[in-house]
Amino acid sequence: MINSDAKLREDIFEPTASVAKAMEATRDGFGKALLELGDSNPNVVVLCADLAESTRVLPFKEKYPERYVELGVAEQNLATVAAGLAAVGKVPFITSYATFSPGRNNEQIRTTIALNQLPVKIIGSHAGLSVGPDGATHQALEDIALMRVLPNMVVVSPCDAEEARKATRAAAAHAGPVYVRLGRAATPTMTTAETPFEFGKAQTVWSSEHAAEVVVFATGPLLYNALVAAKELEHRVPVEVINIHTIKPLDVESVVAAARAAGAVVTVEEHQAAGGLGSAIAEVLAAECPTPIEFVAVKNKFGQSGEPGELLEYYGLGTTAISKAIEKAHARKQQ
Amino acid sequence: MLSDVDVLRIEERAAAIRRTIIEMLVAAGSGHTAGPLGMADIFAALYFNILNHDPAHPDWAERDRLVLSNGHIAPVRYAAMAHAGYFPVEECLTLRKFGSRLQGHPERLRLPGLETTSGPLGEGLGQAAGMALGARMDGKKFRIYCCLSDGEHDAGNVWESVMFAGANRLGNLTAIIDRNNIQINGYTEQVMPLEGLRAKYEAFNWHVLEVDGHNVAAIISTINQAKAIYEKPTVIIAHTIPGKGVKEIEFDYRWHGKPPTKEEAKKFLHELRTLRGKITSEHE
Repeated sequence: MINSDAKLREDIFEPTASVAKAMEATRDGFGKALLELGDSNPNVVVLCADLAESTRVLPFKEKYPERYVELGVAEQNLATVAAGLAAVGKVPFITSYATFSPGRNNEQIRTTIALNQLPVKIIGSHAGLSVGPDGATHQALEDIALMRVLPNMVVVSPCDAEEARKATRAAAAHAGPVYVRLGRAATPTMTTAETPFEFGKAQTVWSSEHAAEVVVFATGPLLYNALVAAKELEHRVPVEVINIHTIKPLDVESVVAAARAAGAVVTVEEHQAAGGLGSAIAEVLAAECPTPIEFVAVKNKFGQSGEPGELLEYYGLGTTAISKAIEKAHARKQQ
Repeated sequence: MLSDVDVLRIEERAAAIRRTIIEMLVAAGSGHTAGPLGMADIFAALYFNILNHDPAHPDWAERDRLVLSNGHIAPVRYAAMAHAGYFPVEECLTLRKFGSRLQGHPERLRLPGLETTSGPLGEGLGQAAGMALGARMDGKKFRIYCCLSDGEHDAGNVWESVMFAGANRLGNLTAIIDRNNIQINGYTEQVMPLEGLRAKYEAFNWHVLEVDGHNVAAIISTINQAKAIYEKPTVIIAHTIPGKGVKEIEFDYRWHGKPPTKEEAKKFLHELRTLRGKITSEHE
């Protein structure tokens, strides 16, 4: 059942038509938060690389033109100019598609932002397969890995628009660099304004009536699919679903405790299996509490054009794939 | 106008900086020689005349910012900072050693007074432009200087930053290019021709000045001239001699990335003692 502490929307399992009303892209939650921050924090500046509308910074540009900086199609400069602005007291948000930032400008981020420990907020939109028709060139599946290996970097992957709003506000308040991963497609909004959010704090969103026998760690909008899978299996496998919005710093204590209690783990992410959430969980559990793990992730392949839903199915990230992974992890545990 | 005595004092500083560079490189056993020696006069001019700074308070908010983009010439900055009073000159001998604040390439968080971390080329000018834009947003009066190498103009990021600073008319930004014509693989015009550098900057809406990078009086008046250009960023193409001060290594690109041996250092230091400034110095 839905964990009441998470204060999720009550109608998230209603028929598709009803859920559709609450669909919103995580990038939209980011755009809302930027406007809020424009009002509350005069040091917030927004840097854009010729993608104002699709990264949802256009309303900020219109309301605060003096704090909007246009770079053109120049993602390396996007990072270095932001580092300079941060060095003189600004809180810069650099915005682009994740394939370009932190993809193309990875070394600039490493040297001038992470090693410099400057409070630049890197917003990687259009991450994951759900970019859809644009195809593999624009579907970032390695950005979590790129950012997770940098010391000083916080890595956040919000599950819905509301959580993206909160993550953006939290990023602005954080003293160091932050990577916020966003999606293009409208996805179900699960959390509410009352849902607690704190960097590095994992959150149980689904608990079973009986002690959980599999724990699912999910990040990003696929958390919804994980919830649906857990509900479908409700009477067969007791499952706990935990939202890992912050991949770094990972909530090691909660991850280890939940894995130890359940004894079997499934990780779910719209990212390569190598280097993402699953890897982060595996690193911790291998050291602290070796546990069978099934990885729901893209397995060493590039994406392609298609509708988000069909791509998720094709690459084995849909609800069915998650259910199968839960059953497999459960079976491995009993061997 | 500077008096001859003022100029001579700064030349003495440049000579002292050069000696310290040789001493620190030979102690480190690795590092770059040609670039730091070639930029000694410019760094002496910056730290002992141009910069509005306070070595006792490196975090003073109103200080001028000096961004070193080509971080591999860090020895000249360290030596200049030490002689200016940021830290004891003896600490220069810890260059590149474990636990030292003087990292092989400069790190902002290790040594107060460095404005950024640099080494990977092509990244300083964008940061300097960001500082200049931030300063202008806040109505700050401090100026931003960025030293960059000629070779690093091979990097696309430099031209993104040149375009950005020109577009934003960052009049509080002055770039100084160490035009010494060498890079690791050889002469710049053979590795990847940069000329006409002047015309390229002008085409990107910059004001361009050129200077003899070893004429202290000219360096200072040229940088001051840049302050008077309000409507554009200014770039000073400083024509320098790599390895300047030690005849046998001058102009030789093979000295870009290696330190002198002990024996070479002894010879170089002897030669540096005979430079103008040193001879007439009353302190030695």
